[in-house]
Amino acid sequence: MFWQLAANGLVTGSVIAIAAVGVSLVYGILRLVNFAYGDFMAFGALAAYAFNGPLGLGMVPATLLGMVATAALSLGLDVVLWRPLRARRAGFMSLFLASIGLALVLRQVLLLAYGPQPQSYKVDQYKVYVLGSVRLSEPQLITIIVATGAIAAIGVLLARTTLGRTMRALSDDRALAAIAGIHVGRVIRYTWLVSGLLAGLAGVLAGLVQSSFDPNFGFQLLLPVFAAVVLGGIGSAYGALAGGLVLGLAMELSTWPSLFGGVDPVYKPVVAFAILAGALMVRPQGLFGRARVV
Amino acid sequence: MNALASGGFWAFVGVVAGIYTILSLGLQLQFGFAGLLNFGQVAFMAIGAYTMAILVVKEGWSTWLAAPLGVVAAGAAGLLLGLPALRLRSDYFAIVTIAFSEIVRYVATNENALTGGSQGTIALGKVGVAAQYNGQWERFQARVQGWFGLSSKDVTMLVIVWAAAIVLLALVWLAVRTPWGRVLRAIREDEDAAASLGKNVLAYKLQVLALGSALAGIAGCFYAWQFSYFSPDDFQPLLTFFAWMIVILGGLGRVWAVPVGAVVFGFLFAGTRFLDFPPLSYLGGADRAYVRLIVIGLAIIGLVLWRPQGILGRREEMVLE
Repeated sequence: MFWQLAANGLVTGSVIAIAAVGVSLVYGILRLVNFAYGDFMAFGALAAYAFNGPLGLGMVPATLLGMVATAALSLGLDVVLWRPLRARRAGFMSLFLASIGLALVLRQVLLLAYGPQPQSYKVDQYKVYVLGSVRLSEPQLITIIVATGAIAAIGVLLARTTLGRTMRALSDDRALAAIAGIHVGRVIRYTWLVSGLLAGLAGVLAGLVQSSFDPNFGFQLLLPVFAAVVLGGIGSAYGALAGGLVLGLAMELSTWPSLFGGVDPVYKPVVAFAILAGALMVRPQGLFGRARVV
Repeated sequence: MNALASGGFWAFVGVVAGIYTILSLGLQLQFGFAGLLNFGQVAFMAIGAYTMAILVVKEGWSTWLAAPLGVVAAGAAGLLLGLPALRLRSDYFAIVTIAFSEIVRYVATNENALTGGSQGTIALGKVGVAAQYNGQWERFQARVQGWFGLSSKDVTMLVIVWAAAIVLLALVWLAVRTPWGRVLRAIREDEDAAASLGKNVLAYKLQVLALGSALAGIAGCFYAWQFSYFSPDDFQPLLTFFAWMIVILGGLGRVWAVPVGAVVFGFLFAGTRFLDFPPLSYLGGADRAYVRLIVIGLAIIGLVLWRPQGILGRREEMVLE
């Protein structure tokens, strides 16, 4: 039971972690809490569904195309929305509200396009892999493998590549990074690109694990993702990764019956926020965040 | 199109605008005067409405005792949330308040024994009982209708809600003109400066949070009475965003801008029902509901881009940042 829950937690946690990195990267560089990110994820999941279901492509090309479509959306929105807002020197509040407006628009457009009924990918939901005492469905196993690969790739991107280093430099101190010759506009575009790809991937994986999803499901995913971002310390990509995994594990393990009878599964999101509230009492800046000096 | 001509429909729109006014007034006090980013306002509305409904239907209390207690409960919830959450940076605070509002909705959906669960308050008691609460509000409404010789129940509700809204607006308007209100504005402009003058910033923020939440609680009671029964789905985060839009539409930092924003928003939102020309007329009812929310979303973005001070806001007083 414990190991089964831990495995489930790893599945949930890795999806949350991928999305949380996508939110965190954008926040680090643009100081934008992207409330529309859940709907980016739903967009990716439904785009992949369009390629997988009606168009009959395999799950792998469908996922890749869904990710590319989400990245294109993410880049396009930078041109038509976020860049004009930057030009007006919009602050946190304006950006947050604009992203709320965007979230509304995106979700309703998806509802118009796909309708409110739940969709599923063409995968075998009933195939089960048994590893010791743990039983994983095929979508769960795929999610763990793909997410591990994606998390490793994110780590390499941030730590080892020039792009990753410039992104972290920008998020540390934008003015200083610009003085050092970093092309700020280009890094912002790459950040939206990476964030969009991650949203698409996280959306598809979430759709796989949940087995069915509708245009509203992005918003339900968003709150645990935000909790992970805040838990890790807003703007810290490594923190977001850790925060996502910790929350995923905690949400699933909280239902373990040997732990004071366990929590009713419907309260899993509440557990995520209880942990967040507890952690913020001890470290108001998040696990990996730094106390703001200015 | 018949509804366009019917006075009952527009009275209903006016009642909703009045309830939104009270809800948004709380946000105006919190953000427009003290700079607090509360994105969980709908939770306090839910707490007010549920406390009133549960006490009346399940515990058999008088409406006139249960409603004030609902308002107090909403205010107390604001205090309880603020004690831990106000230690956080403002962007963290915003996220934690959204989370709080979703937790309240989860609890209301899942604690069937307490709230009636996802079926809503209709499941609190026997069907007829839940729908009417205990009849006290209806009797009061009928009496008001008689006093003023009003034509219908809708119009009576319109008068009651707006009378309450105007009293509350006036109270807030007076409050922000006192030294207390000036301290709030000082905190909004520069917390450290206010603290350095010996003002207890946390205490002021807690007071504002509690008062704004209590206003949401009042809005919740009116909501409960207007709709006879309600369910957790009535308290989606969307409602908080509507309230934010009203505050910004009207203008930040100005009390009387709130009803203006609420009326404009109410009529825009209701009016989009009647957008009945091609290509919109080809869409079904559900699809048209989506289009209306797209319009609202675009309007939020447009306001942020082109008129961050709102309709009545003054740039010198406060602009969205």
